Amino acid sequence: MIGTLLRQGHLAVWVALAVLILFGTLRYDNFASAYNLSSFLGYNSMFILISVGMCLVIMTGGIDLSVGTVAALASVVAAMLSPLGLAVALPAGMAAGLAAGALNAAMITGLRLPPFMATLATMLAAKGAALWLADNRTVPVDWTSDFTALGMNKVADLLPWTILVALVAVVIAWVVVDRTPLGRTILAIGGNAEAAHLMGLKTRRAEVFVYLFSGACAGLAGVFLASGYGAGQPLEGAGWELAAIAAVVVGGTLLTGGMGSVTATVAGALLFGLVFNLLNFENGRGTISLSANWQSVIRGAFLLIVILLQARLARPVPKT
Amino acid sequence: MPDALLQMTGITKSFGGVPALADGTLSILPGEVHAIVGQNGAGKSTLITILTGVYRRDGGTVRWQGREVDLRSPREAQAAGIATIYQELTLVPQRTVIENIVLGYEPKTRLGMTDWRAAEARTRAVLGRFGIDIDPHRPLGSYPTAIQQLVAIGRAAAMEAKLLIMDEPTSSLDEREVQVLFGVIRQLKAQGTSILYVSHFLDEIFELCDGVTTLRDGRTVGAARIADLSRLDLIAAMLGRSAEDIRSVGMTELSGQSRAEGGAVVLEASGIATGRRLRKLDLTLRAGEIVGLAGLLGSGRTEAARAIFGMDRLTAGTVRLADQPAAITSPRAAIAAGMAFLSEDRKTEGIIPDLSVCENLTLALLPRLARMGIVDQKRERRIVEGFIAALGIKAAHMDQPIRQLSGGNQQKVLLGRWLAIEPRLLILDEPTRGVDVGAKREIQAIIKAKVKEGCAVLLISSEFEELIEGAHDIVVMQEGRSVTRLSNPGVTEDRLIHAMAAGAPA
Ligand SMILES: Nc1ncnc2c1ncn2[C@@H]1O[C@H](COP(=O)(O)OP(=O)(O)OP(=O)(O)O)[C@@H](O)[C@H]1O
Ligand SMILES: [Mg+2]
Repeated sequence: MIGTLLRQGHLAVWVALAVLILFGTLRYDNFASAYNLSSFLGYNSMFILISVGMCLVIMTGGIDLSVGTVAALASVVAAMLSPLGLAVALPAGMAAGLAAGALNAAMITGLRLPPFMATLATMLAAKGAALWLADNRTVPVDWTSDFTALGMNKVADLLPWTILVALVAVVIAWVVVDRTPLGRTILAIGGNAEAAHLMGLKTRRAEVFVYLFSGACAGLAGVFLASGYGAGQPLEGAGWELAAIAAVVVGGTLLTGGMGSVTATVAGALLFGLVFNLLNFENGRGTISLSANWQSVIRGAFLLIVILLQARLARPVPKT
Repeated sequence: MPDALLQMTGITKSFGGVPALADGTLSILPGEVHAIVGQNGAGKSTLITILTGVYRRDGGTVRWQGREVDLRSPREAQAAGIATIYQELTLVPQRTVIENIVLGYEPKTRLGMTDWRAAEARTRAVLGRFGIDIDPHRPLGSYPTAIQQLVAIGRAAAMEAKLLIMDEPTSSLDEREVQVLFGVIRQLKAQGTSILYVSHFLDEIFELCDGVTTLRDGRTVGAARIADLSRLDLIAAMLGRSAEDIRSVGMTELSGQSRAEGGAVVLEASGIATGRRLRKLDLTLRAGEIVGLAGLLGSGRTEAARAIFGMDRLTAGTVRLADQPAAITSPRAAIAAGMAFLSEDRKTEGIIPDLSVCENLTLALLPRLARMGIVDQKRERRIVEGFIAALGIKAAHMDQPIRQLSGGNQQKVLLGRWLAIEPRLLILDEPTRGVDVGAKREIQAIIKAKVKEGCAVLLISSEFEELIEGAHDIVVMQEGRSVTRLSNPGVTEDRLIHAMAAGAPA
């Protein structure tokens, strides 16, 4: 097990995660509390979702820059439909995400646009659509319907529903990548697209799948956002795509595609959330006070450290 | 005897605990062409990558021009005068020929800018010396592989390297291009440059080289002057068997096959064309038959294979596969109809570098390995184990990324990939290229067994021996057209060459 992790270079992210948890538990009184755990998981379920979607896209050698604004759009859609209840608002939010994913897939597999350009276009379009639908304002949700239950209720007062839903997406992604021909195809496209085509693999179908999946994940994240924070937020989600890419990279997935790990991506997403969480605790202690800007710098530095560690562990420097 | 230019002694190197080199020893004299031979995975490329500073050695010494050195990077090796032509070209195809020749060693003006005039002069001088007539202002990628390779050598010559290393340089060249390359090598040699030459083509080694070092299982087992050796001696040393032993079993495994009479027609191509390079091909293939496709480079052999496999769209003619009414318009349809195509271009059309040996081998088989959308991993591993044993694939384990395998072993995995789908029509484009003499025979034996089972094989090979001994019939192509069909027994090398060249513009 350790051997496999080491070989694949995923060990660093797990070790870093364990170290940070230990550090937090020892240093802060309330860190290992039920309250912190459940709010941490609730907030980060959105990032886990979009990171996992991004992971599959990156495995094909592509990129999805639209996830942040698509999540914002979905949050607006869900909030607007919240009076009709969760059973309508949730599928509607996801459908918005799927539509964006379908647009990406059409441009990339149909028009053969580079994923960077295609998803950049969708990113801008989704932002425009969200602002137009919301009329440039946040859209409050209907508190009398059951819509907010998803984002606010917890199982056994501890596990937010959102993290459980996110977990389902993670399991789906993991099974697809590790166990199905579709997953092999995804990796094969990233590794050598021409060979994959020659092998008779359904490359187009696999590409369509990853962008739809990523879109659906982003849509769902948008629903979480509206449901958990009580409003559709057309301007939220800026920079989420970068957070997701960072989580994927920290999880050892190559940006060039062809290899990677769903579980390590989840660990990467948790790692970033955790750094943020710890910084909040540190601020709360009152010994130092870090502005949001400084927090960002620290997170950047952290990303660098983990990636360097990753590279070291994956390819041990041969001794002379 | 003069002092050696290079002396590597007792080099060791392991990858993750698996030894690739146990005792690599190599000595090269100034101004000689020196060959390294050995089976796939013997450690030839590893020894070279250590010399050029790509990998660090675990142990052993390297003496260069009489001094002990430790070259830590390709840059240091180049600075010391060691230039390398890697198997995959490592130049920049988008940039011009001139830029590629001077890249990293640009002549400077007094102001420290690149002196493009001097760069062009240097480029023209080098190209002129080798008799290569191309426009140096065009992007390198717009020229064929052979020219690119010569430009890479030109770059090394322009750097005034003392040792030029070539790892299987002829594997993508045709007969004529090989002769141009040899001319260039001889010129460099005459100027006192030493050349280290790795190849599985023994003919080339006997034609070109002065000395030879034999590697087996990571150890140097012999070093000799070529003049003192026979072909048989060399093969025996590589395989670690006695010369008599080898003499008794013969050279190619395809020889002496009898044709299964009256096999059903599997493939019928009539008048197919896909463009300028494939204009009109007629071809009939029966079950239990090997048909060879012969022709000079550019005669359209690979294009013919691509067209039959549904990779290129037909502009004329039809391809009919037995019991298959629909036209084949994609590789996927071709595979579903029972075809397999081992492409000649392993790097770009074959391996998925980061996937494991196991995953690479089962890629074409995947749809059949899935049960309700989930890959049956138990069965998958059983199948892969079988092929690793049957093909003698040398890998640490089946989960090793395929990029870590030696070139010849990668080729075997790819062959296994296609055999796994149990095709009824197997198209093989240069199947034994880059494969050592021992493995070559194993692969030929496997092809033979498949044919016995009733598989039809379309064999493209630049090696006359393989074609003449192996194929029942040989279809000869010229400029995109099939011109004759020769039938065995009775095909000789002379007849084949005559048919390939007949009527062709000189
Ligand atoms: N980066 C690597 N990681 C792990 N094993 C490696 C690596 N590079 C080479 N090897 C192993 O070292 C051994 C020697 O490989 P090498 O490429 O030197 O063989 P070769 O003699 O060049 O063979 P070929 O004729 O097939 O090119 C092989 O068993 C190969 O699998
Ligand atoms: Mg090699």
